[in-house]
Amino acid sequence: MTSHTTPLEYQSKQTQMNILGFWIFLGAEIVLFSTLFASYFVLEHNTASGPAGQDIFILKDVLIQTFILLTSSFTSGLAIHSMRNQDKRGLLIWMIVTLLLGAGFLYMEINEFIHYVHEGATIQTSGFTAALFTLLGTHGAHVTFGIIWISLLLVQLVRRGITVQTSSKLFIASLYWHFLDVVWIFIFTFVYLKGMVM
Amino acid sequence: MSAKSQGFPWNLLVGFILSIALTLLAVFVAIYTDFSNHVILWVLGVLAIFQAIIQLFMFMHVTEGKEGIINVINMVNSIILALIIVFGSIWVLTSGHASLH
Repeated sequence: MTSHTTPLEYQSKQTQMNILGFWIFLGAEIVLFSTLFASYFVLEHNTASGPAGQDIFILKDVLIQTFILLTSSFTSGLAIHSMRNQDKRGLLIWMIVTLLLGAGFLYMEINEFIHYVHEGATIQTSGFTAALFTLLGTHGAHVTFGIIWISLLLVQLVRRGITVQTSSKLFIASLYWHFLDVVWIFIFTFVYLKGMVM
Repeated sequence: MSAKSQGFPWNLLVGFILSIALTLLAVFVAIYTDFSNHVILWVLGVLAIFQAIIQLFMFMHVTEGKEGIINVINMVNSIILALIIVFGSIWVLTSGHASLH
């Protein structure tokens, strides 16, 4: 990889190290979520005569959530693509679309939680619901944090334009956003689909 | 794949279409096929791993930058830790716990 093809966000030693450091953080996040998945798999059959997964999961809603998050991962990829072409307007628009999709996902997840509580599945109902709400809630909290974080970065972008610093921050935020999509794929597969089939 | 993206982002579009297709395939296998639960779980697991690989390589460009190889080693290390935590917990708390009785 020659220097003239290096993207802007890698052009200072500091931002290179920031990106590397963020990848190491994502490694720690993988381990964090693996402990929550482990708790869920150990506890998922302990429903304590409360509802089980197939009683409360709604495939249609979960699929919509999945498509929203997959699309937002795609649009944040388009945002970084625009950024690397020095297209500030494209970067801003695609990031705003990403944030709106993220907010839509959160709206659906909050409705989902309200639905579960109405079905008699609160975080205190059983080992299954405690592990479920903890896993989903941790992911949802990450999405919430991501929306706030990227919103603040967009304010910086509008004020300062695409610089080595702002581009590296937005690139790191896009890595975070893609990572949340990866976590969701595993939640969708091993919590919802597995819960509805088995 | 060049580090500086120009023109139409085909790799992103292909990754997006593949991830939608893999999701629909997973739903189809889970809901509409008659395989045993064991087989379904394995198929779902493989599809999920494919999706994660698409995100890592086509969207996150894990191998990009001077530290690309460090990123890959770090990811592999984290995934190994995750697998040990998940399968180790299941193993200890099912077979291990059952043998106490």
